[in-house]
Amino acid sequence: MERDDLHVNDSYALNATHSEEEGKKIRKKLYNVTILLTLLTVVEVFMGVFFKRNGTFTWEVIKLGFIVLTLVKAAYIVLVFMHLGDERRNLKYVILLPYALFIMYLIFIGLTEGLATHDAYNTLR
Amino acid sequence: MAGHAKPISKEELWGGGQSPFSITYGKMMMWYFLVSDALTFGGLLTAYGVIRHGSTEPWPVGEQVFEALPGLHGSYPLMYVALMTFILIISSVTMVLAVEAGHRNDKKGVVKWLGYTIIGGFFFLGSQAWEWSHFIHGSGGGFQIEKPLTVTAKNDAGETFEMNLNAGSWVHMDTDFGHAYEHALEGHDAHAGAGHDDHGHAEHADHAHVDASTMVPEKLILNKYTLEHRDGKDLRKLTVEGEDVKKIWASKADNTVVFGANLSKNEYAVQQQYANFFFFVTGFHGFHVFSGVVLNIVVWLMALRGVFERRGHYEMIEKIGLYWHFVDLVWVFVFTFFYLV
Repeated sequence: MERDDLHVNDSYALNATHSEEEGKKIRKKLYNVTILLTLLTVVEVFMGVFFKRNGTFTWEVIKLGFIVLTLVKAAYIVLVFMHLGDERRNLKYVILLPYALFIMYLIFIGLTEGLATHDAYNTLR
Repeated sequence: MAGHAKPISKEELWGGGQSPFSITYGKMMMWYFLVSDALTFGGLLTAYGVIRHGSTEPWPVGEQVFEALPGLHGSYPLMYVALMTFILIISSVTMVLAVEAGHRNDKKGVVKWLGYTIIGGFFFLGSQAWEWSHFIHGSGGGFQIEKPLTVTAKNDAGETFEMNLNAGSWVHMDTDFGHAYEHALEGHDAHAGAGHDDHGHAEHADHAHVDASTMVPEKLILNKYTLEHRDGKDLRKLTVEGEDVKKIWASKADNTVVFGANLSKNEYAVQQQYANFFFFVTGFHGFHVFSGVVLNIVVWLMALRGVFERRGHYEMIEKIGLYWHFVDLVWVFVFTFFYLV
């Protein structure tokens, strides 16, 4: 088995090292993100408990709010916790763009199909 | 293991002399794996959306199905899943702190933070086991009625409604009665009810003398889990009391009585897809968490034995960290689409 992460002298893994002072700064950022993620989760739960699911416009807005908050949380996890924000731009695009394009297409086609099925069942009844 | 692997120079490994992404081969492949795994989860959650949008039967609402806390009576909507989410976020933070310690070649820090991550993983798995157990056992149970009838129902605010129940309408029993009735039924017929397998035989013997046919509930609950109607009426927990209870009870179709959920029937909805998706998607995610904990333990032992110290860097923590964060990322979406929206 040949692995480039075992090559000590000029491997990329070594480029990622940092000093104690830099570590302090990084940890502070991590703690801030932790607090933010926790707060967003708390907000989501309160929104879920206090607003009634009654099909009104308000509830539709709340639902959209859930999805936006979820995407914000996901962005912080991927860019900060998974360090994708610190990687080179070409890696970022290789990971995110194909996925985003494909999944948006899948959601669009899937939900269109689901709603059509719903209408078809209702017409048959 | 690591001792048998031999180093290779960048010139040999990459045709252009260096990695085009400035990361090692191992990390890049972990990212590619995560993208493919994310497509699997994306596909599952989209399929859930397709079925939910296509369903003409009411869809259960997370805050009503998941409102219990271990050892407590009463309603605490979403509190337990919120706790699970918090546990997973915190274990993600301890993991990223382990990665940070690895960048400082701090063996003690890596062992400490990775150890906390493993503990967090076990807590999450335990929580999920309880959640599944609760979902499978159910709360009060429910049944369908055989012929149409009209009853008077009351909502939480005390307003009364005349309600026409169609044949096949779903009615819930209140929790205490449901449990008593379930045990009484089991005394007669061990195959009644979905969740019977998990009760001990000793319990069966205790309740064998209760005759289920003479039991009548004090009140019944209509539309407990049926808020996701497209006509948008808020019908939360309409209860029926008194003579109407006897009327509904007399017209129940016996073979439709269900407690909890399994793969063929459930008390939460008339359709089965909701329960099946819950089992599959949270189960698949739980399996990822389990694999993650196993991998974390392996890497933790390697760190403890000084393998990475001898290697000169802690990149393995970064790779295992990517997988662990991904598990957290998936949960963020599962949480939103199964429990909130």
